[in-house]
Parts: sequence; C-alpha cells; structure tokens
Amino acid sequence: MPVIVTGAITILIGVGGMLAYFWLSNILLDRVFFPAKGENIGRNVRRATAIRPWLFVFPAIFALSLYLVVPVFYSAYLSVTSFASDNLAERGRFANYAAVFSDPEFRIALFNNFLWVLVVPAASTFIGLLAAQLTDRLSWGNIAKSLVFMPMAISFVGASLIWSFVYHPDPEIGILNAIRVTFGAEGGRTFIDGDVIDSLWLMVVLIWIQTGFAMVILSAALRGVPEDTIEAAIVDGANPFQIFFKIKVPQIMPTILVVWTTITILVLKVYDIVAAMGSQYRNVEILPTQMMQSFDSGNYGFATAISIVIMVLVLPVMIWNIRQSRAELR
Amino acid sequence: MADLKLTDVQKVYGGTVKVLSDINLDIKTGELIVFVGPSGCGKSTLLRMIAGLEKITGGTLEIDGQVVNDVPPSQRGIAMVFQSYALYPHMTVYENMAFSLRIAKADAATIDAKVRAAADKLQLTNFLDRLPKALSGGQRQRVAIGRSIVRDPKVYLFDEPLSNLDAALRVATRIEIAQLKEQMPDSTMVYVTHDQVEAMTLATRIVVLAGGGIAQVGTPLDLYERPNSTFVAQFIGSPAMNLLPGRITGTGDVTTLELDAGGGQITSTYPSRDSDMGAAVQVGIRPEDMTATEGDIFAFQGKVEITEALGEVTLLYFQKAAADQDAVIGKLAGIHQGLRGTTVRLTAKPEKVHVFRDGVSLLHRDAPVFLPGVQPH
Ligand SMILES: Nc1ncnc2c1ncn2[C@@H]1O[C@H](COP(=O)(O)OP(=O)(O)OP(=O)(O)O)[C@@H](O)[C@H]1O
Ligand SMILES: [Mg+2]
Repeated sequence: MPVIVTGAITILIGVGGMLAYFWLSNILLDRVFFPAKGENIGRNVRRATAIRPWLFVFPAIFALSLYLVVPVFYSAYLSVTSFASDNLAERGRFANYAAVFSDPEFRIALFNNFLWVLVVPAASTFIGLLAAQLTDRLSWGNIAKSLVFMPMAISFVGASLIWSFVYHPDPEIGILNAIRVTFGAEGGRTFIDGDVIDSLWLMVVLIWIQTGFAMVILSAALRGVPEDTIEAAIVDGANPFQIFFKIKVPQIMPTILVVWTTITILVLKVYDIVAAMGSQYRNVEILPTQMMQSFDSGNYGFATAISIVIMVLVLPVMIWNIRQSRAELR
Repeated sequence: MADLKLTDVQKVYGGTVKVLSDINLDIKTGELIVFVGPSGCGKSTLLRMIAGLEKITGGTLEIDGQVVNDVPPSQRGIAMVFQSYALYPHMTVYENMAFSLRIAKADAATIDAKVRAAADKLQLTNFLDRLPKALSGGQRQRVAIGRSIVRDPKVYLFDEPLSNLDAALRVATRIEIAQLKEQMPDSTMVYVTHDQVEAMTLATRIVVLAGGGIAQVGTPLDLYERPNSTFVAQFIGSPAMNLLPGRITGTGDVTTLELDAGGGQITSTYPSRDSDMGAAVQVGIRPEDMTATEGDIFAFQGKVEITEALGEVTLLYFQKAAADQDAVIGKLAGIHQGLRGTTVRLTAKPEKVHVFRDGVSLLHRDAPVFLPGVQPH
C-alpha cells in the first residue's frame, strides 16, 4: 500500500475513532446511566453534568499518562537500578548520578546547555520584540511577519539542513562563504570545526526558528497596549525610543517573560539541531545529545540519569511559566 | 498666558471623510472653553488637533500668535487629560506625574518639588507610592490632572474627563476643576463634555459643534437665552425647547404670533421686519418658561398625556398635534396633581418666546448662521 493511503487511513481512523468515542460515550451517559427522565431527573442531570467534562478530557489524560507520566517514573526507576557494569552497581543506588556528575563530557554538555539557555531565549525574544514593533506600522508588515514566522513551520532537522548549507565551507554552496569571498576572502572557511564558538553557530538556527514565535505573541501583546497611554507619552514629550522602552515594553513585561520561559523550556529540550549539525564534535554536545548517545550505546542507567537531571532543570522554569501565564490570563 | 486661534481649520480623514470644516475660533488667555455637540460631531477630533495628536488637514492653528500646525505635541505647551485617564499602569502615582519632567531631563530636586506641589494641590500626597490600579476612579482622574499640572502648560485640554465617574464623584470633581481653574487664572482650558451641567457651570464660553461646523459660540447664558438657530435652541437645555409652528401676525419691535395647531396668540420681544408679515416661523418656548393660564393669550393648548412629578417641578407631556411633531413638554414649578388627561393652556412671558424663521433666530439674521443639518438629539 502506498504511504499516502496508509497515512490517510490512519487519519481517518484517528479522527473518526475520536468522534465515535465522544458521541457514543455521551449517548451512554445521557440515555443509559443518567437519563434526564424518571423520578431522579434532577439528580441525574446534575451527575451527567458533573461527569461530562471528564468524558472529554479522558483521551488526553489517558494518552498523556501513557506516554509521559509512565516514562518519567520508569526513567527514574531505571536510573537507580540499571547499571552498565557490576562494578558501578556496587557503588550504591545513585552510582549513575555520581558517574554523570564526574563525567567531563557531562560538564561540557551542561556548560553548553547553560549557554544555550542564556543566549537563545534572550536573542529570540529580543529580536522577536523588535520585529513585532518594526512590522507593526508597515504597509507590508504582514508579509514581513509571515516571512519571519515561516521558519516555525520547518522541522528542526530541516532547518539544520538549511543552515548546514548556509555554513557550508565551499563558497559555491555556502552563502556565508560566498559573501566572504565577494569581499575578498580567499577560499571558504569551515564554520563548524570543533571550536568552542561552534555552539553559537548552532544557536543561530534555533533563534531563527523561535524569533517568529516570539514576534507573533509579542505583536499581539503590543497591540493590546492602550493607545491613549502612548498618546499621553507623546504629549509628555517622549520620543519613539522612550515610548517603546519606557511605556510599551514595561506594559507587556508579563508576556515577554512567558515567551522567554517558553523558549527556555524548549531550549533545554533541544536535540535535533545539535545532532544534525554537530554530531561529530564533542564540544557542542548538550545534555539531550549526550543522553541519546548513552541510549544508543545501551547504557540506559546513565542515559536516564541525565534525563532526570534535564527534567529537574526544566521543572522550575516550567512551574514559573505556567504560574505566570495563568496570572496573565486573569 | 496663551491665546489660541483657529483659522479655517478642517479635518478630512483618508482624503474623503470630511469631519470638520471652516472652524474659526478665537480663544483668549484664561478662558475655559467647552466643546459640546452630538456624539460623533468631531469634538474629540478638534481637541486632538489642538493637542497635535491628529493632523490638521486644512487651515491654521496658532498658539500665542505662532502657527503650530507642524509643531509636535510636547512643544506646543499643552497638556491633555484623557477620558480613560491614560495613566501609565506600571508606574506609581509619583512616577506618572514625574514622567514628562524626567523626559525633559529636569533635575531631581525640581521634579520632586513640582510633583509634591501638584500632589498637594490635588490631595494625592498619600497615594504617591501607589500604582494606578490601586486607586479609585476619582483619584486616577486627579493623577491624570496632576500629570498635566506638573508640566505647567499654557493650555489644558480635557476630553470628557469626568464621564467615567459616578454621579456624585462627577459633581465633586467638577467643582474641583472649577477651583483649579480659579487658582490658575492665566491658563487656558479647552474642555469637551457631553454633560450640559458641566458645560453651563464651567464654561466661560461654549462652542456648539455639529454637522462638521460650529453652530454657535457664546457664554452659557447667551446660548440659553439667545440661541441662533433651532438646533442650538434644542441642544442647550433639558428637556429640549419646544418648537411650535406658527405665523407672524404683527411686526415691529415686538412680534405677534399665531400658532398653528391647538394654539392661540402670543407676543415675543424678538423684533421683526415688515417683510416678515405672515411668514411661517417656528416659535420656541422652553418647558421651564411655560406657565399654565386660563386667559385668552396663550401659546399652546393640549391634552396632557403623561405627567412626571419630580417634587420641585412637574413635567407635562402633551398629546402630539401631528405624528411628525415632537410632543410638547411643559415644566411647571412645584407639584401639580390631577392634570393627566385634562386640557391645559400654556403661555409664556414675551421675553421668553423665541422666534425662528427657516431655522434661524430673528435675533441673528444679520450674521451668517451655520445650520448643522442634523438632529440635536
Ligand atoms: N480614523 C478615522 N477615519 C475616519 N473617520 C473617523 C476617524 N476617526 C474618527 N472619525 C469620525 O470622525 C467623527 C468625529 O469623531 P470624534 O471622536 O471627534 O467625535 P466626538 O464628537 O468626540 O464624539 P463623542 O461625543 O462620541 O466622543 C466621527 O463621525 C468618526 O466616525
Ligand atoms: Mg469624543
């Protein structure tokens, strides 16, 4: 069977199955369990109303627990029970964690991850904010916005591929080198070559992708800034810069923080870009790639220990992010 | 400190939508000018053009003899108070008031002195460290006023500053604004409002805007006693002036009138010309100027359909003489009971009877009168 047919059938079964589930479960609830008639009509209606939301969230809860919650616990379990060697196993329950933290590669990965967290969210949010403001009043602003947003639709691996071409050492292929050559450089330069700076070249890819996200959210937030506070600032004598940084940005600070932390969470999980572009170099390693490498070499205990470390790092940001976005909704 | 002069000012949106045209206005230092007019007539637009927030598409605006059409708002020497307060939500009351001075790079001591003086004047001293969201509506509006005071502007612009306040607070804040004006006799103020009482009590002169132009300019009592058109006559005062169709039967320094429907004979102190003899006119009498009478000289006689007893006055709504006419309303002082369903005869003193021919008051026939061509209400 051609792939497209299987794909279509899968979609049909998935969507149709969900529709059938919602329809049938509601019918069961209303006709069989708590029918809106008979002597208990009031009680029945009340119970049906109480149960109905659960019918709707059940598939999501089920899928999430199956694919997220169970693995978390299983990973935690593996990280304290699975050891690469008996030697390691003798050093106690947390031997994997001890090994992780004493591993020099882990330190490099942690440091790189730290750099990613520092640079990417800041750069994406800042550039996104500028793009949002600058495209706001342009007649072709919406076109510009679509262009900036476009990378969001590209998969990380696809984006890595595009940027591998951009960075390509051959001036005939890589646009950066082509530009350098135009301005008199002799021959191409290898951008990703094992230097410490390499991580930055990789970060550019994620910034390129995430700027669109930041721009869209912040653009909506900027539109929400009351026009009259801006007019009041104009009357007060503020110039466009001051209006932007002293009036608009402070008013959308909560949104900026949510965007920032959302990207931070994403950055802590990024894997594909480094795997696709820098897999041969140790110095660009980040936690998820190191984790995957241990997995591939069958060292599950070590890998899951790293994954738990990543989770512990993400968790506080996540909690803060959710709190903040809830507060903003209010 | 500042005269304002508008010459042939015009506003066109997007090249086609003409909102205002031929606005000519001379505002003297120390005046408090109130713009009134039906909703959408361009009051805010005109105010914003004076502020510099809206481009002037035709004519000139002078402040102190200087054309400021292209001068940015902050350099026009104006300050504006917005209907929605427009406080900066992330700044404290102090910072809100200090913002313009900080932008202007004033030194800290000057800023502090000015902010505290303004806060003192507006009883805001205890709230200086609060954020706007922790203030009541009236306090917020005072902060907005304080923000303009610290700039020490030549011209204050207010766009419906009290319309977000509840009735009691509105009265209190109105009085505060009147007192503020008294403390600053040299500053010029332009004030937009929907509220007749605000207009009548605060204004040195009222500008009635309608239909894209100025219907009349004058002191509050001028407009009340000598409206130049039926539009202004009906716009100023509440309930609106009754307009009764009639004919001129006697001319001279005093005009004699005969009313068409259900009416009798009445005289007005409006002078008329010989050529007016027999002309169809509209006779305007304010509800509050009407008195009940048994005599033969009366303006109107009709059946009372509804009465509203308010204690200090009683409102009488008469049966309409014709379907397309407004119901005549009478406002009698004191309490009158049992009038509903009866036929009542109303008259008015000759000096309270206004006469309009083709919509223009007989008193204002020599100067051109702008007829807005829209309904006052
Ligand atoms: N950007 C615009 N483009 C076209 N027309 C506009 C624009 N802004 C305002 N108008 C029109 O200009 C007219 C005057 O508006 P303005 O806000 O000055 O009225 P207003 O007298 O202040 O009314 P209100 O009493 O309701 O505040 C309105 O009819 C409005 O539709
Ligand atoms: Mg308005």
